[in-house]
Amino acid sequence: MTVYLVRRLIQALFVVLAMSLIVFVGVYAIGDPVEILISPDADQIERERAIVALGLDLPLWQQYLVFLTNAVQGDLGRSFVFNEPALRLILQRMPATLELAFGATFLALVIGLPLGLYAGLRPNASASKTIMAGSILGFSLPTFWVGLMMIMVFAVQLGWLPSTGRGTTCSVLGFIGLQPCSSGVQWSFLTIDGLSHMVMPAVNLALFKISLVIRLTRAGVRETMLMDYVKFARAKGLSPARVTFVHVFKNIMIPVVTVVGLELGSTIAFSVVTESVFAWPGMGKLIIDSINVLDRPVIVAYLMIIVMMFITINLVVDLTYSLLDPRVRLENKGT
Amino acid sequence: MSEVAIGGTTPAAPRQDKVETPLRRFVSEFCESRIALGGLVVITIIALIAIFASWIAPQNPYDLAQLDIMDGRMEPGTVGGAGFTYWLGTDDQGRDMMSGIMYGLRISLTVGAGSALIACLVGASLGLMAAYIGGRTDTVIMRLVDLQLSFPSILVALMILAFLGKGVMNVVVALVIVEWAYYARTVRGTALVERRREYIEAAQCLALPTYRILFRHLLPNCLPPLIVVATMQVARAIALEATLSFLGLGVPITEPSLGLLIANGYEYMLSGKYWISFYPGIALLITIVSINLVGDQLRDVLNPRLKK
Repeated sequence: MTVYLVRRLIQALFVVLAMSLIVFVGVYAIGDPVEILISPDADQIERERAIVALGLDLPLWQQYLVFLTNAVQGDLGRSFVFNEPALRLILQRMPATLELAFGATFLALVIGLPLGLYAGLRPNASASKTIMAGSILGFSLPTFWVGLMMIMVFAVQLGWLPSTGRGTTCSVLGFIGLQPCSSGVQWSFLTIDGLSHMVMPAVNLALFKISLVIRLTRAGVRETMLMDYVKFARAKGLSPARVTFVHVFKNIMIPVVTVVGLELGSTIAFSVVTESVFAWPGMGKLIIDSINVLDRPVIVAYLMIIVMMFITINLVVDLTYSLLDPRVRLENKGT
Repeated sequence: MSEVAIGGTTPAAPRQDKVETPLRRFVSEFCESRIALGGLVVITIIALIAIFASWIAPQNPYDLAQLDIMDGRMEPGTVGGAGFTYWLGTDDQGRDMMSGIMYGLRISLTVGAGSALIACLVGASLGLMAAYIGGRTDTVIMRLVDLQLSFPSILVALMILAFLGKGVMNVVVALVIVEWAYYARTVRGTALVERRREYIEAAQCLALPTYRILFRHLLPNCLPPLIVVATMQVARAIALEATLSFLGLGVPITEPSLGLLIANGYEYMLSGKYWISFYPGIALLITIVSINLVGDQLRDVLNPRLKK
């Protein structure tokens, strides 16, 4: 296990290096770094000074080392628009994105697992066919358009839910009464108003995951039901409930756990879309705004942070996987 | 999505029937599902609409001479100044939405299918090479695939468009980079099994050139899973392009795809003018759903594991 752990950590480190190189090449080499890193308002003398100060007169590999050294120290540049460190700007908006992503994942599991199980156990029932048709719809519906339609129906026509924003927020310590609500990290799910703002974005973000969990569970159940050990358990006269929940369910949990874990990352990435539709002030909205106004330090910082996040999630999922299934760590090659 | 279900596919259905040809059996099995057949018909119609948009659309929505700003934001079914009925309403510039959608479909389908095709060529070639040559080539290619697939498509596309900027070609580049890995992995999986078969050995003994063995002998036998992935990826590419355009990172305003049409209607939706966003979305939805339905049935037909 230790050997496996060390090897995976080294691999992860290489991926971080590779991705930082890609981001670096993308932003510093493909684009014009002077335009990217120096505010367009600067005059000629300021420009010259900034070029030297930023080390843009150095050869490319040295620039990469400088970029890497700064990045390791948490310095990913300052935003042109907000004139704040890019890293801090993103970290401030992270809680909003995280609570949205976790809310969506929670919805996906709570709704997707039972439906998928049902559809897998009774593949020919008409309810199962409806579920599967619904899941195709969930895959096919473009998230952003569903979001727009949700706003149109529930916010504009019916007026039940607020259309945009996070609503009233509160900190965890404030929620249990230890300090005023407005200090500390702010969460929407702690207030009624915040929750009502969260419903539509969370459902919108969850739609795709629900379909995914349904299909994954159903496919797993269908394939597992044909296995000899399930037939044997049935032949032994075990109750259908025991066969379903012990023999089948346990075995389909590995892929479901993996995918949901991995999907957490992609939920965070896809929240870019949901956040833009619902004007949810998270990281995703920040990056889109930054791309549109060419606030490149923020773009670089966002990409680096999200890359780190993904590598961490992949690492954790892989390690959990190897704990659940010894075959993974015994097999020496990662492919 | 598709990789989850396809990942476990064991290739090459056993050919038991001697009377039926594989193709005929495939067609008859495909037609078992009426829904999938319907999907195929709808896709064909949509493709025809897109191809002949300039002949069947009531108006050329990008010819400014034909637009009348007085007809702006008209409700579906109103008769405009030019004398014909705007069945799906007009946008803020007075463009007929129906014509806009027909032209938008053209761009969406071209970008989607085009990028899927290029990605298929690139991915399948690399996957075949990885499987056939093996060794270090295989390791390098598959590491790249792993790296690529560990990041969600939208993030990779976002990254590339952040570097390259807007534009139809840039979107295609982004989509190809996002998608090639799916093809590569699928083809490699199948090809790894196929290349140990006798017919490959026979071809090698004939001293045929490598490219000929790869593309004439190995590739045709890896087609079934590739077809499934390709179908699904076209739908994904169309959806992703629409999303990127909606976010303002995709196609430029001069070449509006369905995603951009929807984005244009965003600000009017809050005042109840739903049709500008609604109908392009429906067109997008129908396109994607029918492609997915066909892909779904293809997967069931081509997956030997589900055969009892």
